Amino acid sequence: MLVEIIFYAFAAVLVGAAIGVITSRNPVFSALYLVLAFFTSAVIWLLLEAEFLALVLVLVYVGAVMVLFLFVVMMLDINVEELRKGFTRYAPLGAVVAFIMVVEIVNVVYVKRLGLDVVPAAAALPEGYSNTRELGAILYTDYVYPFQVAAVILLVAIVAAIVLTMRQRAGHKVQDTVRQVSVRRQDRVRIVKVAAEKRATEADEGAGADSGAGKGA
Amino acid sequence: MITLPLVLTLSGILFAISVAGIFLNRKNVILLLMCIELMLLSVNFNFVAFSRFLGNIDGQVFVFFILTVAAAESAIGLAILVVLFRERRSINVEELNTMRG
Repeated sequence: MLVEIIFYAFAAVLVGAAIGVITSRNPVFSALYLVLAFFTSAVIWLLLEAEFLALVLVLVYVGAVMVLFLFVVMMLDINVEELRKGFTRYAPLGAVVAFIMVVEIVNVVYVKRLGLDVVPAAAALPEGYSNTRELGAILYTDYVYPFQVAAVILLVAIVAAIVLTMRQRAGHKVQDTVRQVSVRRQDRVRIVKVAAEKRATEADEGAGADSGAGKGA
Repeated sequence: MITLPLVLTLSGILFAISVAGIFLNRKNVILLLMCIELMLLSVNFNFVAFSRFLGNIDGQVFVFFILTVAAAESAIGLAILVVLFRERRSINVEELNTMRG
């Protein structure tokens, strides 16, 4: 009974947060409502005993993706009023489409039955059951190849995001590695032929020494 | 006791709200991206619910992969958005007609 109350309460918060995301006037509020939606979803996933995914949802989505969204929303100088033109014009259409979708899904789930009543309640999990351990056990054995592919996808995303947003500023000094490596000796060292000087005679040396002494005195 | 149809209905309502959000905010690319995130969340709800009620953990592995791909997708989408804003000083979808699509 308590579980049901918690489920209904958080489901109501989740639906309210989702409505807040799509209707709020300021994109920053939309992003914050989305954070609330992710938190409540994490609680409902905890109720469904998917503990690992609930924590990953909070860490990855709230901690990384939504912070990225907030950064971008606050960085861009957007004229919100101009973007909201046509909001009221499309509102009835959106509401009708949403209503039709809800009716269809409720129809599929409750009226057509789908044989869902074969599984009326979830089986109780055994004592000492660890969701994370089970997930890891299957992820690193049966799904190891898709796991590697997911890692590659993340790498590609990093490279793509950096390449897209990187720009060359004017007056930016940068190393040209090709020129550095392909430099030859002739480009850097110049050998100059200098005519050898004639060796000074003994008399000249003595005179030089004398003059030096005279300067010193 | 939470039953499977309850969770499926909640996920359906969430999906319908995000579809309505795409209709309402069809000019603002940031809100379109947020609505897509919300849609992916509702799909993940289905996976988690079926995984729990059928006692099969493979559904949660799929949620794991969907989360990965969604994070990559939003990172690239936001990067494109930043570049777009730098070029056009606007994120209005209706002004993005360079390709005449």
